[in-house]
Amino acid sequence: MARLDQIDKKTVQKIEHLADTVLKSVKGGKSPFVEIPIRSLANVKFNPRRRLIELGGQKQKRYFFNVSMAKKFMQTFLVSEACKELIDSGKTTSIRDLYYMTKHGLGETKQNTFEEQEESDPIIEDLEVAIDSLREELHLFATGRGSMVGPMTIRDSGDTIDLRRMGSGGWSVPSIVEEHVVQFGKSEAKYVLLVEKDAVWRRFNEDRFWAREKCVIVTGQGQPPRGVRRLVQRLHTELRLPVYVLVDNDPWGFYIYSVMKQGSINLAYESMRMAVPDARFIGLSSFDKGKYKLPANVSIPMNDQDHSRARQMLAYPWFQNPKWQREIQEMVRSGQKFELEALSRRGISFITEEYLPRKLRDRDWLE
Amino acid sequence: MAGRKVVAAKVGKLGKGKPSGRRGGQLELVAAEAPRVKGRSLVARPARGARGSTPPTVAAPAAGEDPAAAAEAAPQAPRRRATAEQMASRQREISISEFFTKNRHLLGFDNASKALLTTIKEAVDNSLDACEEAGILPEITVEVLDLALDAKGEGEPTKGEGRFVVVVEDNGPGIVKAQAPKIFGKLLYGSKFHRLKQSRGQQGIGISAAAMYGQLTTGRPIRMTTRIGKGKPALFMEIQIDTRRNEPVVTEERQLPDWPSEHGTRIELEIVANWQQGQRFVNRYVEHTALSNPHATFRYLRPRQEALTFPRAVEELPREALEIKPHPHGVELGALMLMAQDSKSHDVRGFLQSAFSRVSPAVADEIVKRAGLNGRVRPRDLAEDRELAERLHDAIGATKIMAPPTQVLSPIGDALMKKGLVSFLNVIETEGPEEEEQLDLDAARKKKASKKEKVAKAEAPAVPDAPPEEGVEKIKGHNYFIATVTRPPKVYRGNPFQVEVGLAYGGSWPADKPIELFRFANRVPLLFQRGACGMTEAIVKTDWRNYLLSQPKGALPVGPMALLVHIASVWVPFTSEAKEAVAHYPEITREIQLAAQECGRKLAAHIRKKQHADYQLQRRSLFELYIQEVATAIGKITKKSPDPIRREFLRLADRVTEQELAEQDAALEEQSRKITRRPRRAEEEQE
Ligand SMILES: Nc1ncnc2c1ncn2[C@@H]1O[C@H](COP(=O)(O)OP(=O)(O)OP(=O)(O)O)[C@@H](O)[C@H]1O
Ligand SMILES: [Mg+2]
Repeated sequence: MARLDQIDKKTVQKIEHLADTVLKSVKGGKSPFVEIPIRSLANVKFNPRRRLIELGGQKQKRYFFNVSMAKKFMQTFLVSEACKELIDSGKTTSIRDLYYMTKHGLGETKQNTFEEQEESDPIIEDLEVAIDSLREELHLFATGRGSMVGPMTIRDSGDTIDLRRMGSGGWSVPSIVEEHVVQFGKSEAKYVLLVEKDAVWRRFNEDRFWAREKCVIVTGQGQPPRGVRRLVQRLHTELRLPVYVLVDNDPWGFYIYSVMKQGSINLAYESMRMAVPDARFIGLSSFDKGKYKLPANVSIPMNDQDHSRARQMLAYPWFQNPKWQREIQEMVRSGQKFELEALSRRGISFITEEYLPRKLRDRDWLE
Repeated sequence: MAGRKVVAAKVGKLGKGKPSGRRGGQLELVAAEAPRVKGRSLVARPARGARGSTPPTVAAPAAGEDPAAAAEAAPQAPRRRATAEQMASRQREISISEFFTKNRHLLGFDNASKALLTTIKEAVDNSLDACEEAGILPEITVEVLDLALDAKGEGEPTKGEGRFVVVVEDNGPGIVKAQAPKIFGKLLYGSKFHRLKQSRGQQGIGISAAAMYGQLTTGRPIRMTTRIGKGKPALFMEIQIDTRRNEPVVTEERQLPDWPSEHGTRIELEIVANWQQGQRFVNRYVEHTALSNPHATFRYLRPRQEALTFPRAVEELPREALEIKPHPHGVELGALMLMAQDSKSHDVRGFLQSAFSRVSPAVADEIVKRAGLNGRVRPRDLAEDRELAERLHDAIGATKIMAPPTQVLSPIGDALMKKGLVSFLNVIETEGPEEEEQLDLDAARKKKASKKEKVAKAEAPAVPDAPPEEGVEKIKGHNYFIATVTRPPKVYRGNPFQVEVGLAYGGSWPADKPIELFRFANRVPLLFQRGACGMTEAIVKTDWRNYLLSQPKGALPVGPMALLVHIASVWVPFTSEAKEAVAHYPEITREIQLAAQECGRKLAAHIRKKQHADYQLQRRSLFELYIQEVATAIGKITKKSPDPIRREFLRLADRVTEQELAEQDAALEEQSRKITRRPRRAEEEQE
């Protein structure tokens, strides 16, 4: 665990440095600020060579003596101090816990340091980018949600786990899956299949798709949390497993794929550790409704928000390849969307026995 | 809008009557001429009144006169009631004094409380006019005596209506003996009617009307003392008015050997008045007159109250108002004929050049040519030949003539308006009962703060005080923002006029009430007929929401503000002889609005700045709240004591906020300068 100590020491030093810089400014009669890389669309770039969404160089100075920034400045140091305390005491906690740790009344007013968790979560992300430390390094984790099974063994916090024997629920993916927590053991897996929906993942597990196909199946229950994304990336880079993404045929599904592939705008600073630029979109494609003869009545009409989202995606640099343009345009043209469950109209195990095998056989995916 | 136009049109007609009388009666302004002076509508009124007083005698003979004829007529046809002869027997001349007796409301003597004010106002206005004309810094004493009280002020004060004596004394040039009887004992006798010059009085009716009111209600003549210079004795007179003939009757006359002042006039008038109800008008009038005449000192003595003094704010007389000849474009046909009649010129060209301003020989030629007049036509021919006069009148209207000289007016001026407002506020703040408390509170706070201040000073390096905001005056512990605008002179119907607007914002004015609108015409406060006044209209029609005041639709804005509007003109177009409201001339409305807007822009800059300062204060406390947290957190992280960190932050907070305040103020200033510049340009384009 010597390595862990070293990371912790470094993180603590960074937090102390942040505080020292502020102290120095104040002593020098200068208005103190914290410099935070901007985490918004304006400061996010698609790096076509690395095929990643990356954070740009723009930084924002968060001044204390500025009415609109003062509170966030104050919150940044409350979170910093709490994280340092966590590291010092060797404990790790959820971001929800941290919210309660740092929340208290302000003087004699009715205000609080934080009014709700929505206020503290972005401050944590700010701190991560400001001192260039990962959430795990700050001893924080988001509530984990994600399940995985497959023909392989892993070690999780020292326990060896056979992912073939996880029953119907699967192994629950922790939020921190860094090498010091999770190590990969023997593996027979040939690829990773990420399924958007928990219910569909359960079908794949029940049908023992992973055993037949020799693959790892994972779900993040919607937009996969960091733990799942990080784990998938590790499987891809360390075990060289191709990654397939199976999502609903709607803009949100496309977006989940997009985040898996090149990272999210909000967490662009972690793209390097999270994104799998080679991830393949296996379905549902807008053209599948024809190929797999889905009846018209299983479709759902797209609403206004779907339409505008789809149109936005047409402009994403990483969707510029003609195949993707066709794919999205077809969705826009038809004005229809399909859930994965729609495939059940062709039989309850149609998805595991016919749809996916055929797709893989036909190499019918998008990249 | 439509309704207002109608009003303006009517007033316009009334106005038309004035120039005719003004010129026409130049030498022999007599009763016969008088009713025309006051406008045709007024002539009709006494006639109606006269008939109304004798209805039974009129009706009876008319009914019995010709019953047969009445029966034969169609049932709808009205019956003849009186023959021309019968009517002729009742027709006779009405003297102006008789007219007044019946129509005293037209001159502002409607009731006992208003009459009190009008009496004082007529006398004070005259005193100010006389002093200015003579070039004397006015010192005026106004005194009201309740006759129910004895000399020591003991006794039961009059409740409601009762007998009072009004005394007004000035240090003016005095009045020569020969003139005094007519001035005080003859209506429509004066020096200001026949000229075009900015003055308070303009009709020659004021003081004699007050004398007449006194005489009618108490039977007592006006008592007057005057002295015209050092070597001359003071003259005392009691003057009665023969109301039938509109002639003065001097009932007593004597010289006073030991009169203290070198020159001046004192009048004493016994009148029936209502001090209880009327004193607020008088207070207002005195206060506001002091405001618009910062070069005058007023002493105001009231029954059973402490004397009030409004000392002059400047030692200089206002610029002298100059007399001008009428402008051809403002003259009516009838007036033109009368002027022609009075002309001593040999031909029309000479008449035009001598009687009017801005008529050069070339312009005169052009007019005459356009009118197609024979070069030998004499002015007198015009007076006798209506058709000829009309041709000339039309030609005048069609000829381009230079605007009248405008540098003849005497505005209060920006600086003096400001001074006037400050000393006015100084006096009324003293009067406010809650003021004492406020002062004490302020003082107490200061004491408490001083200890803290010392500590803070010791800790933090000295920061220079922010300079006091321009336009902000601290008056008895209240901060007032004062802004003034004097517009360049303009012209309506050939008459030069000039508009000024001043405002005092903040202080102890109530924030949730409509603003106080102070109207002035030739420096005289207008206290009545607010709704009917063109000045009010102009202010109401200005969108004050642009200047950060709230304003209900079609009403005065709401806010802690007094707004002063002054129009100076050689002839103020009043809506009536009581001189209570100004007519709705679009040229005047526009000028008032432009001035109000300009003032408004200054106000908006101030309000923004003030909001900004309040915000700074809030900000300070916000920072203090957060500093506590940040210091604790940083202290824990760096393993240092949080207290010194907090102090460092607090010290910096002082500096940073002040500095930022200065920067933001500069930005605001720049911004408001831009705002002020922009509309001005737009306006110039319009002109
Ligand atoms: N205190 C005074 N000192 C010197 N002259 C005076 C004084 N009061 C009045 N006069 C003279 O008496 C004249 C008549 O005054 P009066 O008030 O009747 O009429 P006015 O002031 O001309 O017009 P208005 O009717 O509008 O007041 C004035 O024009 C002025 O020449
Ligand atoms: Mg007068």
